[in-house]
Amino acid sequence: MTAELFQHQFPNGLVLLAEPMPDVQSAAFSFLIPAGAAFEPADRPGAAAMVGEWIIRGAGDRDSRSLLSVLDELGVAHSEGAQTVHTSVSAAALGKNLLPALGIFADVVRRPTLDEQEVEPIRALCLQSLRSLEDDPGSKALTELRRRHFADPWGRSAIGTVEGVTAATPDDLRAHFRRAYRPDGAILGVAGAFDWKAVKDEVARLFGDWEPGAPTEIVERPSGPSRSHIEQETQQTQIALAFPTVPVSHPDYYRARAAAAILGGYTSARLFTEVREKRGLCYSVFASYEAFRDRAAVVCYAGTAPDRAQQTLDVTLEEIRRLVSGGVNQEELDMMRAGLKSALIMQQESSMSRSGSLASDWYHLGRVRPLDEVAAALDALTPEEVGDFASGFDLDAMTILTLGPEPLQLG
Amino acid sequence: MTFHHETLPNGLQVILERNERARSVAAGFFVRTGSRDEPPELAGVSHFLEHMVFKGTPRRDALAVNRDFDRIGARHNAQTSEEDTIYHVSCLPEYLPAALDVLADILRPRLDAEDFETEKQVIIEEIKMYDDNPMMVAYEAAKAAHFSGHPLGGSVLGTEETISALTVEQMRDYFTRHYGPPNVVLAVAGNAEWGLVLDLASRLCGSWTGSGVPRALPAHRGVGQPRAVLREEDHQETIVAVADAPGLESPDRHAASLVATMIGDHTGSRLYWELIDPGLADGADLSFQDYQSAGAFYTFLSCDPPSAQANLDRIAEVYRDFSDDGPTDDELERAKNKVLSRLVLRGERPMGRLMPLGSDWTYRRAHIPVEKEIAAYSAVTLDDARRVLEAYPLLPMTVVAVGPNVEVRPPV
Repeated sequence: MTAELFQHQFPNGLVLLAEPMPDVQSAAFSFLIPAGAAFEPADRPGAAAMVGEWIIRGAGDRDSRSLLSVLDELGVAHSEGAQTVHTSVSAAALGKNLLPALGIFADVVRRPTLDEQEVEPIRALCLQSLRSLEDDPGSKALTELRRRHFADPWGRSAIGTVEGVTAATPDDLRAHFRRAYRPDGAILGVAGAFDWKAVKDEVARLFGDWEPGAPTEIVERPSGPSRSHIEQETQQTQIALAFPTVPVSHPDYYRARAAAAILGGYTSARLFTEVREKRGLCYSVFASYEAFRDRAAVVCYAGTAPDRAQQTLDVTLEEIRRLVSGGVNQEELDMMRAGLKSALIMQQESSMSRSGSLASDWYHLGRVRPLDEVAAALDALTPEEVGDFASGFDLDAMTILTLGPEPLQLG
Repeated sequence: MTFHHETLPNGLQVILERNERARSVAAGFFVRTGSRDEPPELAGVSHFLEHMVFKGTPRRDALAVNRDFDRIGARHNAQTSEEDTIYHVSCLPEYLPAALDVLADILRPRLDAEDFETEKQVIIEEIKMYDDNPMMVAYEAAKAAHFSGHPLGGSVLGTEETISALTVEQMRDYFTRHYGPPNVVLAVAGNAEWGLVLDLASRLCGSWTGSGVPRALPAHRGVGQPRAVLREEDHQETIVAVADAPGLESPDRHAASLVATMIGDHTGSRLYWELIDPGLADGADLSFQDYQSAGAFYTFLSCDPPSAQANLDRIAEVYRDFSDDGPTDDELERAKNKVLSRLVLRGERPMGRLMPLGSDWTYRRAHIPVEKEIAAYSAVTLDDARRVLEAYPLLPMTVVAVGPNVEVRPPV
């Protein structure tokens, strides 16, 4: 099932990955630039997101309005914004409009106007987004969990803080742009209907003379605390917890993915079965695998009425301990495998999701995994291997966060 | 791409839009029932029933239902709206028989009394979850206020009271009345052969019994009473406003959808430039929703509570300008390109095709391939857009405000 892959690294460091999809009319790209919140100054949380909003407000010889107009004229569905590590620009359109779209976004990431008059509206918009997050208890709980679980800056959410967004000056933002928007470390994934030579030549023309810069050094700082409660008058208590596991490049990666999926990655997985199906304790409950290049975590979430939150947390913790001490069985492994393999194949029907996967693979591994390799690795897993791996989970390093009217007893 | 359809002797409609080049296949049962079909005392029964469908059958308990889908790596889910309850699955082509075996089985659920009580708690949790979401609170309240006295005014989830009071016998009766095969369409999109689909449908659903059920289809015109829902703890004010729009029978639905895109798409629209770009609000959009016999333009606004009135008045000003001066040629072309590109992108996945496919057959008994839908959007003229707005002005609106500011008034 492996498709053809073209790849090229330009002398300035930019990596271009492209996978043709014979059965689609569309083409999509996913552009990751290491300019996310992890690279913003520690006293300006939110600066990366503000810059991400600033660059789209006029670039090259187009002002803010004509930039969005030309994208609409070309029928380019697009989204852009800062994340923890990267600033991501992704777009999809009919295949014939791929190169024009790339040209427009080359202006956006290399030659934004950065008109100072835009900064106050951007600040107002970012402050409103922060207020909306306060009104969204589930997202707030997960945002605050990551902040406490991962060492800073890896736990940062791009949304930032009221203080950071309020304090950022146009000079701060320009400095972030100059420092972080660079070709070295940038990854451009393309998938769909395109001609490789035309794409490669156009990317060379648009980005070949982009000057690399000096990498920003990351200074890690401890985070925490490992147990916390945020008091808020909500209908449901939010429970979020995380514990460390291995990243994508680790030899045990597939075991880690399997263990997380068996815990809470599909509808007959343990958390859904025990918390929702058998006990009716909540509507939403899951476990997922989240990774950076050199660290990763299993993240679990549940939202439930305050009077049943303690039982929900207890059952969730019990299921995690059972995974650590009791292993997994063949049937669970087969289900996990069937789900991940189907997802891989179905991903090849969407140019947008495939382009994102190409770029993400390169970030984690420095290469794109052929789908056959992924399928073979999944096929090779045994229940014993996954069980042994899960028995090594370091639950002492677990972070638990609750949000709601009353604190819980945290195991 | 080929299309096939057949009516089984018991009245079940079976359709397939075959795409041999797709890597997957998607299938769904489209049951023509939703909150608009519920008497007030049963509010929420369609959605609760959707949950109960997954709780088991004479052949499978709930764990087996999930397990049998998961064994083949199938992605399954269900959704309930005002008009439809849809059960869908997508999987690799070789697993279609196994996937349909489960999906068809659960459409004849056992509706066990003990499961009913357990699942009631999950429904109440879902209601609480939405109570913590200001946009959902505002949307439900706005629909109720605008469609007051009309079947579309009912709540899809119901309330803690109606759900608590519901009995399993009432649900069984509702099931018998609304899940008869003439009220159901089985739609399949993607890589599947018609012979196989028809054979599976006959074998798995041929023994289903039950009749069709009429639906009350009153038209709706007018606005409802404004309402404010005080939520002192909220940080933002959330406003949903509603005006009537063409229904799904109307040939004007494409024009109405383009009007909403030009005025209120999440990016590059008039509301975007008026409210989002200057940072006055973090959400401001207009969307078009068509129902049977009625339609609605929904305005959504999220902003600083003290600026809510000023922002709502700005939105009204945008609507007046648009109605007075009409859209420009460029504006219409851009909106078309945007919509067409979204149609193509969504249509590339069988799961993306399944929803319009099943819905078109349920309500129009028509197969509308992507190309035909594109042609219909392309044919919309400026006059069509103006005509829609004359027949369905965006003002006045039914306004519901949720948050700390209870002083918000409908714009004049």
